[in-house]
Amino acid sequence: MNFQSILFEGYVGLTERETPGEPAFFVDLNLDQVIDSITAGFKEYNLKPFFYTPLHDVDAILYRHEVMQELEDATLMGSIRSFADKMVIVRRLLGLVSKLDFQNHREGWFLEAVTSYCEAVVSLVQELSSAHLKSRGLLAFREYITFYANSENFSLLQMDTKKNKAALATVKYCFNIKHSTVKVRKYEGETDYSVEVAGIFEKFKQGAVKDYKIKLYEGSGMNHVEAQILDFVAELYPEIFTGLHHYYAQYSHFLDETIRVFDREIQFYVAYLKHLERLKHAGLKFCYPQISRTDKEVFDEDGFDIALAGKLVSEDSPIVRNDFYLKDQERIIVVSGPNQGGKTTFARTFGQLHYLASLGCPVPGKKARLFLFDRIFTHFEKEENIKNLRGKLQDDLVRINDILTQATPNSIIIMNEIFTSTTLNDAVFLGKKIMERIIQLDMLCVFVTFIDELASLSEKTISMVSTVVPENPALRTFKIVRKPADGLAYAISIAEKYRLTYDGLKERIHS
Amino acid sequence: MKAFLMYPDQDFDLQQPLPANEQALTQDLELNTLLNAMARGDKFLYNVDQKALLTGLYNPDSIRYRQNVLKDCLKNPSIVREIYQIPIESQDNKQKFWMGLYSSTPGGLLYGGLEMMRMFVGLLKRLKNIADEHAGEFESEGFRRFFAMIQKELDDEYFAIVQDHLKELRFNRGVLISAELGKGNEGIHYTLRKQGKQNLRQRIEALKSPTYTFYIDPRDIGGGRALEELREKGINQVASVMAQSADHIDNFLKMLRIELAFYIGCLNLYEQLTQMGEAVSFPQPVALDERRHAFQGLYDVCLALTMKQKIVGNDGNADNKDLVMITGANQGGKSTFLRSIGLAQLMMQCGMFTPADSFCANICSGLFTHYKRKEDPTMKSGKLDEELKRMSEIVDQITPNSMVLFNESFAATNEREGSEIARQITHALLDEGIKVFYVTHLYDLAHSFHAKKMDNAIFLRAERKAGGGRSYKLFEGEPLQTSYGEDLYHKVFTSGD
Repeated sequence: MNFQSILFEGYVGLTERETPGEPAFFVDLNLDQVIDSITAGFKEYNLKPFFYTPLHDVDAILYRHEVMQELEDATLMGSIRSFADKMVIVRRLLGLVSKLDFQNHREGWFLEAVTSYCEAVVSLVQELSSAHLKSRGLLAFREYITFYANSENFSLLQMDTKKNKAALATVKYCFNIKHSTVKVRKYEGETDYSVEVAGIFEKFKQGAVKDYKIKLYEGSGMNHVEAQILDFVAELYPEIFTGLHHYYAQYSHFLDETIRVFDREIQFYVAYLKHLERLKHAGLKFCYPQISRTDKEVFDEDGFDIALAGKLVSEDSPIVRNDFYLKDQERIIVVSGPNQGGKTTFARTFGQLHYLASLGCPVPGKKARLFLFDRIFTHFEKEENIKNLRGKLQDDLVRINDILTQATPNSIIIMNEIFTSTTLNDAVFLGKKIMERIIQLDMLCVFVTFIDELASLSEKTISMVSTVVPENPALRTFKIVRKPADGLAYAISIAEKYRLTYDGLKERIHS
Repeated sequence: MKAFLMYPDQDFDLQQPLPANEQALTQDLELNTLLNAMARGDKFLYNVDQKALLTGLYNPDSIRYRQNVLKDCLKNPSIVREIYQIPIESQDNKQKFWMGLYSSTPGGLLYGGLEMMRMFVGLLKRLKNIADEHAGEFESEGFRRFFAMIQKELDDEYFAIVQDHLKELRFNRGVLISAELGKGNEGIHYTLRKQGKQNLRQRIEALKSPTYTFYIDPRDIGGGRALEELREKGINQVASVMAQSADHIDNFLKMLRIELAFYIGCLNLYEQLTQMGEAVSFPQPVALDERRHAFQGLYDVCLALTMKQKIVGNDGNADNKDLVMITGANQGGKSTFLRSIGLAQLMMQCGMFTPADSFCANICSGLFTHYKRKEDPTMKSGKLDEELKRMSEIVDQITPNSMVLFNESFAATNEREGSEIARQITHALLDEGIKVFYVTHLYDLAHSFHAKKMDNAIFLRAERKAGGGRSYKLFEGEPLQTSYGEDLYHKVFTSGD
């Protein structure tokens, strides 16, 4: 049995499997929102530590791709979900059992917990047995759980559970309440009095009438009066309840640890795929990217910001998709163009794609090749604060310097609109300086800027520009395309909009 | 148990919709006057009688079934009113004693159900006594079946059984509840069981199995509450059953009230008309596909009720006619006559007597009225447009063997155009087997039909006495070119002399 984990092949230490806190760049890339949304319905599994832990090995990523791809099959996903549903019940019931006061009551719920557990295991084994599995992870797991289900221990557990349930189902008793006296005895075939009364007045019936039965409170739980009745019922049926006490003592540790862990870890895939379902339904595409640790020729077709898409899909708004590619020596995408044109979104997309790929997840786009980074750095403008100009500029430079000293050629860096609050001369100067260092490091980078000159600084930089609708420049397309940066066309289009072009102005003056 | 006083084999459905043209009929035939006389201010009577009047029968036998029940009522008015008093008293008692089935606990619900049941039992006994005393005085199939049913279903033995149960449900011997074990060994399927009276085998069985007893200390408030909850679970079903049984009897009494309400309305009307010296008679309904209309002393019952006096009736025979065209003097009784035709038809078809010395007509599958209306106050459509729109709505609903009453329709435009529209509509209706009564001033229209010398048309005229006086009587006669507007002019402008 060499099955360890559905998330990692072979032995991986606990500390490497999970990271307690979210990475620094999460907020800048809106990945915090994405992970919140993915894990929203899965709180009890505590999945976030998995989403905070990128992989650094291509094979580890492929291990997850295989499992994830296999789980896209609805039948298999259905099996996993119904297994999970039953395991939820098991956990809830065990939580309940630990809090209950009355022995016969507690043991009754324990029996239910085991029943649900046995059903979960048996039906999962049965459903997996007919599945055509190819992924290493699920194949190993199937082998494990099949062996477990056929073990003598599990068979005994199952048999004893059924026996006890069947015995308890035969119990039928009567109690008579008169003032504060309760008498308990076995049921002796007395007739249903309500039915008899109904028969007497049936003849007046003109048509259907309302059901007056009052919804009485029916929480699970037992008060001491019910417990007392139950204790007497136990005395009426001594063999059945003695059997139950033995059962409870014998099987207190029935839950298998590997299965318990699997039940949690598999939810990583379930949660992610469930999140994609809604986006795919809106026509968005996802793909399993090629991953490389050495090749920096990356591309993505029809990519999009997964956080923004989540929001737009719920508003029923269209989602703009963008392509990018870097070839040969190209490393740095310099994005310029009109504001509110989708530049930041594009930059985020680039970062998100790489991060999600490093988790072993499918990424936005029809087709993609992505780089397996060692670290991601982001530098996004913090809140503007005019009073604190100098302090902020200095602070920015300190942060950028930190990044550049930690970064390696295998890092990815996303720079978004820095130096906007300094003078143009300073901005150009600082921008060029920083760009030079990035070029030197040979890192992959997206650099969003209003400084056109940065776009053509070296053969490692390419220029991409946010675009407007030609007939109506005020309308953004949110398309980011690969073309030389030319601030001019944009400036003129804005001028036209306000009728401040030469012709426009002349006309206005004449009129 | 069914009252079946309106139909031999079905309930009268108070929920059935009124015909779509209810408003037009009510307005054009002054139905409110008739219904107010029947209801005498009682909203419930008004409601039932309106339903009955507007949703008539299409089969002579079912009409005769009601006529016979009604004849029994006219013969035994005080007994019928006494029976009608029973469901009314039931409603009154419920209000007076705050009886209801709306407790939030089964115990409360059961108490309410039992209380109501005791009240019902008293009333049912009274109904049974009336049946025992008076059944022999009724002849109609409806009433004979009704009384026989009461005597059979509500015999002394039945009342004794009911009393037993009402006593048992006080639970003097405690509440016996059976249960099984559900999830977590919590009790499920709480079922109320009948106490005692076990057979021998059960008693021997009982001896073998022990009984355990415990007591809840009076100071154990929580325990007392828990016990009460269990008890409530045990009696929840029977409380619902008692409430439903109370509903059953309540509904039975309500049904009885509905079925009698129609006849009470008829009694009310009958008493008022006979007081004024007006005659009524039971009409002879004839099958849908025949064409009969023969009457003597037919008067507008609404006009009589409004004037509170005996008024002039008309005689006529339009047997085998599809078209009755009425022309003649202004204020000569044309509209009154037309209304009396419509009212008599509705009254006949719901099983009532008719305001006439004699009345015989074929049943119609639908009665429609198309009267001249005031100018549309909202100015949304022109008058002719509005008239045609209404006509189109009628056509949406009409079926063969219906009857349409036109009163001065399509006179909103000039005579030639109006006549042409009316002519085309009327011809189409006649061809579809629809009977038409048409009151008109359109000489062109009336004359053109008269000139055709159709076998199935008859022409009536409002009479003008020599010297301009009016008798308000119609007689057979061809359309004339003037409608005596001049008379009217003189009457108005010379009355001051």
